Amino acid sequence: MASPSTRGAAIDLRSVAKHYGSFVALDNVSLHIEPGEFMTLLGPSGSGKTTTLNVIAGFTEVSSGSLDVGGKSVIGVPAHKRNIGVVFQHYALFPHMTVSRNVAYPLTLRGIANPDREARVRKALDMVKMEDFGHRFPSELSGGQQQRVALARAIVFDPPLLLMDEPLGALDKKLREWLQLEIKRIHRELGTTFVYVTHDQEEALVLSDRIAVFNQGRIEQIGTGRQLYDEPETLFVGKFVGDSTILRGAASTSGDETAIDIAGRKVATAKRLPDGAKPVMLLRPEKLSLARRGKAGQDRNTLPGRVGEAIYLGSGSKYEVVLADASKAIVRSTLDAETFAIGDEVDLIFAGSDVKLLADDEKADFTLT
Amino acid sequence: MTARATDSRTAVPAVAADDRRRWFRGQAFWLVAPALLLLVICLGLPLAIVTLRSFSEPQWGWQNYAWFFGTPVNLTVLQRTFTISAWVTLVCLIAGYPYAYLMTAVGPKMRLILILCVLVPFWVSGVVRTLAWVILLQDSGVINSVIRAAGLGSVKLIRTQTGVVIGMAQVLLPFMILPLYSVMKTIDLRLMQAARSLGASPARAFAQVYLPLSLPGVYAGAIIVFILALGFYITPALLGGPRSTMLSTLIQNQVLSLLNWGRGGAMGVVLLIATFVLLALAAPLTRQPHKTGSGR
Repeated sequence: MASPSTRGAAIDLRSVAKHYGSFVALDNVSLHIEPGEFMTLLGPSGSGKTTTLNVIAGFTEVSSGSLDVGGKSVIGVPAHKRNIGVVFQHYALFPHMTVSRNVAYPLTLRGIANPDREARVRKALDMVKMEDFGHRFPSELSGGQQQRVALARAIVFDPPLLLMDEPLGALDKKLREWLQLEIKRIHRELGTTFVYVTHDQEEALVLSDRIAVFNQGRIEQIGTGRQLYDEPETLFVGKFVGDSTILRGAASTSGDETAIDIAGRKVATAKRLPDGAKPVMLLRPEKLSLARRGKAGQDRNTLPGRVGEAIYLGSGSKYEVVLADASKAIVRSTLDAETFAIGDEVDLIFAGSDVKLLADDEKADFTLT
Repeated sequence: MTARATDSRTAVPAVAADDRRRWFRGQAFWLVAPALLLLVICLGLPLAIVTLRSFSEPQWGWQNYAWFFGTPVNLTVLQRTFTISAWVTLVCLIAGYPYAYLMTAVGPKMRLILILCVLVPFWVSGVVRTLAWVILLQDSGVINSVIRAAGLGSVKLIRTQTGVVIGMAQVLLPFMILPLYSVMKTIDLRLMQAARSLGASPARAFAQVYLPLSLPGVYAGAIIVFILALGFYITPALLGGPRSTMLSTLIQNQVLSLLNWGRGGAMGVVLLIATFVLLALAAPLTRQPHKTGSGR
């Protein structure tokens, strides 16, 4: 039944939809995951990322569409015959079994007898650094320890695919960061395909080869962390991944030049838009800088504002600048940059090439090409 | 929370609670005094007298116990009492387990209806319920009419052990369902999903995960039902016949018909000791070594 594999399985979701009555949980989701890839499904709660995971695990049947795991369709195959490891947010360890018996359980189900079984349990517990806890019961372990045991139990039968549903969601920040590195290491050592669900974009950036951003039952964008951060295709992705400053204005195009009117200032951009379009401008905090009012060079885009919040971060400072139209810009500066205090009158400086022009999600009146 | 709170707002009620506890320790005894008095006068004293008379009538000695264990019919009835009680427990378990599970699976409104269905029999007198069973079970009763209409002949139910078991199981079912439900509602159903992801078929997930976690409820319910069944009187007396007599009927016969308090008392003491032995044997089973439900 279970053929041990060191290689991960490829996953192919094509036009998968899931409806609960009139509620659309998944709307035409297509996603290809490479063998051995670490793919994160990122999105707010109710965006469809967990439903997608449940569909792959076999806990939820699709309403329509196709799903292949390792090149074979698994539509209609019950969860217990899919040979997929799952780690849950709530650990889901069996409270009446010791750690060893929990980890041995999937091996027992597969009829693997004792010398071999014991060795594999020990190896799995070694991998999550829980080898000294085999005789304990789950209720005697901390949350982080329980989750490591759950991880051992999910990998002990060498599944070609491991699914994780917000596995670190119930743990505190320090532990979470340490376990993220552990999960990355285990992924590297096993070569298994990992599909990881989280609503925490930082966690997604730390862990993933690629990230699929979910919103309202659809995938907004699939890409590496860098692609999502540098080249967001939608305003939702731009806002969800990383800090961003969002400015709204009206485009005025004359000849080849497009300028955008923001709070009374004309800002030049590299893109050409139809006259009168209302795009959204997205700027990352490190692409922005500040200068005292009137000290910025005339050759650059500037917007006047006032420092509303100044936060010292150790490695630099973070400012919130309130602009003339009451919109807020987030600026991150390095240690050696000039510092500003709350209330300082400043100019916000940015290069036209760093501006991402996006369609407004609510009222897109043009398409970007 | 420790009593040594740094914040005065929490420290004050903590002290007040401490005071109250001290007051309780001094005065609380009087709160249980009426109940204790009632227990001593209405249970302890009669029990002591019955036990005493089992040794003292008609003269001092073990003669009543020698008679009990020396008379084959008594031993047959004692054994039958345990057999019928075991059957009743089994029937209650088979009927109660899925019912209690259903109570954990449905929504709050449906659960209320299910709980009411369990409790309604409590509000009806045992005699009335048993007489209802007489109507249902008798040879010309509802059940036999249905069986006859289906062309399956007829079944002797009234004045048989089967009839007694059916009637007693119905009366005792709530005592099985309620402890089962109270344990089952603490079982995290997501564990079943985890078991499936690890390769367990639904049947194996049930047998290896759900069932073991529900066992404390099974033991608790089974012990309560079994012990209550051992001392049942009205239902077996009305539904049973001479071949389904239980020990309680023999005791009643000795004490009220033959006015032989010594022999009746000895039978009562035997039943009581048998019950205690059973409780002592079952006690370790009900202790739960590890809490159910996964960590949060």
